[in-house]
Amino acid sequence: MASEEFENAFAVLGRDFANAGRVSTAIKDTLKGLGIQAPIVRRVAIASYEAEMNLVMYASRGKMRLTVSSEAITIDVDDEGPGIEDVSLAMQEGYSTATPEMREMGFGAGMGLPNIRKNADEFVITSEVGRGTRLHIRVNLLA
Amino acid sequence: MSCMRACPTDAVRVRKAHAVKLADRCIDCGECINVCPRAAIVPLTEQMTDLSKFDRTVAIPSPALYAQFDADVPPGVISAALKQCGFSDVECLSPACDEVTAATEMFLAEYRGQYPLISSFCPTVVRLIQVKYPELVDQLLPILAPREVSARDAKVRMSKETGIPPDRIGAVYITPCPGKMVAILEHPGMAKSNLDTAVSISDLFPTLAAAVSKVGDGEPDMSGGETASGISWAFMGGFPRSLPAENTLPVAGLRNVIRILDDVEKGKLRKYAFIECHACPEGCVGGCLTVENPYVARGKAIRLRQRLPSGPAFDRDRTAMRYREGSYLMDEPLAARPLRPLASDVASAISKMKERDRLLASLPGIDCGACGAPSCRAFAEDVVLDEAEQALCVFSWQREVLGRIDDLARLVKLQRESEGGNR
Repeated sequence: MASEEFENAFAVLGRDFANAGRVSTAIKDTLKGLGIQAPIVRRVAIASYEAEMNLVMYASRGKMRLTVSSEAITIDVDDEGPGIEDVSLAMQEGYSTATPEMREMGFGAGMGLPNIRKNADEFVITSEVGRGTRLHIRVNLLA
Repeated sequence: MSCMRACPTDAVRVRKAHAVKLADRCIDCGECINVCPRAAIVPLTEQMTDLSKFDRTVAIPSPALYAQFDADVPPGVISAALKQCGFSDVECLSPACDEVTAATEMFLAEYRGQYPLISSFCPTVVRLIQVKYPELVDQLLPILAPREVSARDAKVRMSKETGIPPDRIGAVYITPCPGKMVAILEHPGMAKSNLDTAVSISDLFPTLAAAVSKVGDGEPDMSGGETASGISWAFMGGFPRSLPAENTLPVAGLRNVIRILDDVEKGKLRKYAFIECHACPEGCVGGCLTVENPYVARGKAIRLRQRLPSGPAFDRDRTAMRYREGSYLMDEPLAARPLRPLASDVASAISKMKERDRLLASLPGIDCGACGAPSCRAFAEDVVLDEAEQALCVFSWQREVLGRIDDLARLVKLQRESEGGNR
């Protein structure tokens, strides 16, 4: 029998800084309730927070879907937004297109996507300019 | 019901009209004590009479004690009054506060782990992290709280002076909160606490206030050995005053601490070196076992600070030497004590969580508390874990009853129709 999966989808609104970060907090609480090991929770928390903040800062709206199985945790992000012109450039540490306003709030160090890659076991990013960006983040559970 | 709603970790349930504490969830923050309209919740602080088993006793007052009195009642007078209340000696906390601040600076200078470091002097914050933020336990500052350093050093000194062995000297913390009482019993980060017991400020206050009024003028040292920097530990922002302000962050009040820890967990506050966390509003002056309003007490502490010697009342070179000897370091690691998950393995936990969410969707979602759980979500979890029955939800029960009435009505109607057809 294929093992059961837990799924939860969250809507995220662009520019909604008042609520930004709530989805990653909810994801983190779910993982703790499932008894996921602390170092794994931490990696997912950091990756999902960076993904959520990217969505809030750049896109107009989007969805984050959490899937947990007994092997791995995956987070799929799908946003409607400007997309990323040069994905490999965006993946470089220190590269950022953040506005002065975003930097004012402490973002825009150009560490978002590199941080996701650092904390994920699998990270796939696809983007279409003018349409939006998709992230697939997978963190494997410890055996 | 008030206590159940006030609890930040969902540790209270009302069963058969009585509040019950779920011990593994409780972090001893005292929020329930603060809100109980009947004062039915009593913390575990010992009564003064239990001190008879020691040859000598030393009282170590939390700096919050001084903030219960007007700023013109100096620590020296309060210290003299404490002796009249039956303590053989009084040890002021300020020197230990100053030493711990210096030790913290030394630790920060050498620290190469994850940032920010989180203060560990507030036992409720330590417990909160052990229970709800297990991945942050390694970021707790592994330095002893001043009250522990003070009790240890006082016993050694008194033993030398009197010849009485240290274990015959009882160290009593005059505490503003139940958290520090529990910390003596559970000694997190230590093989054993150097303190023997605690007496709450609120229990001691009537006797102490009467003794204060009888202390004459002319006490030799009005400061009682306390310093401005030591007193500052009683309220938010006081501890890291000597640390660079731009990368330290003081926070007070449990809900605010929870918000900050949520952010630390998400990697949001890495640019801060140190976070000073107080569970009580405004810091120890807002402890639930004090008598003065936290804001008034904070004002009094600030006024008192202006009148005290600026300190620090300690020997920096000696502190550096003791730091290198490990005198300020905790001797046991602070271990995580995560809340019990829905099941012991992830696969079963996943099916339990799905079951919980299905049940949660059928509940009204208004968190009325009539079932005895603080929220529909907590109730759904209790049901899934077989700790509550769904019928305890008045809405589920009503729906069930109305459903049965409908079924009966349908049966009666069918019966009548069939009888009518027979005629």
